[in-house]
Amino acid sequence: MMSRGVSVGVLLTAALAAGCGANGGSSGEAAAKPALVVSAAASLTEALTSCSSQFDQATVRLSFAGSDELAAQIRQGVEPDVYAAANTKLPEALNQERLVLEPRVFASNDLVVAVPADSEIRSVDQLTRPGPTVVLGSESVPIGSYTREVLARLGDRQGAAVLANVRSNEPDVKGVVGKLTQGAADAGFVYASDVDATGGRLRAVRLPERLQPTVAYGVAVVDGAPQPDAARAYVEDLISGRCARALEQAEFGPPPG
Amino acid sequence: MIRRGWFPALITVALAGALLFLTLPVAAVFLETSPAALADSLSDPVAQEALWLSLKTTTIALAIIVLAGTPAAYLLATRRFRGRSAIVTLIELPLVLPPAVAGIALLAAVGPAGLLGQSIEDAGVELALATAGVVVALTFVASPFYIRQAEAAFGALDQAWLDASRTSGASEARTFLRIAVPAATPGLLAGGALALGRALGEFGATLIFAGSFQGITQTVPLAIYDRFATDFDGALALSAVLVVVSAAILLAVKLVRGPDGLGVAAR
Repeated sequence: MMSRGVSVGVLLTAALAAGCGANGGSSGEAAAKPALVVSAAASLTEALTSCSSQFDQATVRLSFAGSDELAAQIRQGVEPDVYAAANTKLPEALNQERLVLEPRVFASNDLVVAVPADSEIRSVDQLTRPGPTVVLGSESVPIGSYTREVLARLGDRQGAAVLANVRSNEPDVKGVVGKLTQGAADAGFVYASDVDATGGRLRAVRLPERLQPTVAYGVAVVDGAPQPDAARAYVEDLISGRCARALEQAEFGPPPG
Repeated sequence: MIRRGWFPALITVALAGALLFLTLPVAAVFLETSPAALADSLSDPVAQEALWLSLKTTTIALAIIVLAGTPAAYLLATRRFRGRSAIVTLIELPLVLPPAVAGIALLAAVGPAGLLGQSIEDAGVELALATAGVVVALTFVASPFYIRQAEAAFGALDQAWLDASRTSGASEARTFLRIAVPAATPGLLAGGALALGRALGEFGATLIFAGSFQGITQTVPLAIYDRFATDFDGALALSAVLVVVSAAILLAVKLVRGPDGLGVAAR
């Protein structure tokens, strides 16, 4: 009975993943090369889409969403080949649960306040005053928890003042970017690479050093991955290959430390 | 006695397959959660605020839909004019529009940077990331369900009967309110229930257009999505509530309309 219940969950989440995921990967070569399914954090969208089409060993199918949602899918039995998250906590937790193999750190990022290009907001302090509307990532998604780290470092009163201006907690960082590019909010906390990807529509307000959290991206081969060899090669590519260079060009940093 | 042969067997298997496929996921929502976990999750203030917000926004949206949709459907059902079928098709379009498209379309039309964004802002109305925006999204996606059903209900009325009312001296408005609406009530209720069901389940357009904020724009479907990653049991509990409410709506329609309640009324 229980196993039936679980398999139902798998079916549903697989359908959900298929429905929600933006698929990169070209379909033309699908017959010749095996398909490698990569579940990746939403903030990796532009960088991985550009480099994965040139991956030699497999046709990469990318499924982007909040890292927490992708982790939940894996916990519900969905088996992509590779899981790339916007933190190291989620891959490590999945590793502890024996759902993914040993995770590795492949990139870093900076947290910034993104504002429309013509905005008058120049510092994070301006967000503590009443007036500007702010959009965050929801608490469960990495961008949301990094943001709450920043707010905690601002101090109780300042942090609460920013939270009072919040109008939406988005399920992933692209939701925050979308609300800003559509003019629905005045500022949002995103990664530096997200601002870069908007092609000048948004501007980044840098955080002071003391507020900057360590944003490290972890990647792991999923235990029982249908394409383990290609999955390992893809992880290597993220660390030192074509995708590593694509990440660098997209304003990601090298692994911290 | 069912006759033998491959075809009766095929259609029986097809029905059994369809039944299993459609009921198993719904059953799993209840099988995978316990009553205790359900009660626990529902006492959570976040869940309660989501339920309250869903109730509030769907009620307002339904009121708008019924008030504007009923006379509009009456016009479509009782008049024949050029371009009528084009208008009907345009009104029905949101029925088949993907919710994400509805969200983007609303942003493009009435979002802050959209076509009418400036005028709306000048009027002092805030839609994006506000409760009013949720109501707009729900009204947009749900109203065709009501208008379509209401038009069918009015269309099924005996036109000669309506004409008799008019020729006996009753005004058009009086004919509409005293004769047509009461006679079409079962169909209107069914349309209202369909629209309510659609509004209650609205997700994509709301998230894209109105965002997600506890107590302001986070309706039950958004709360389910928000917690499915971290609190799968909580997401199941909220889902169970929606299943029960949706089933109650369906049952109510069946009671009003008979077993074929959701079908478009025979014309």
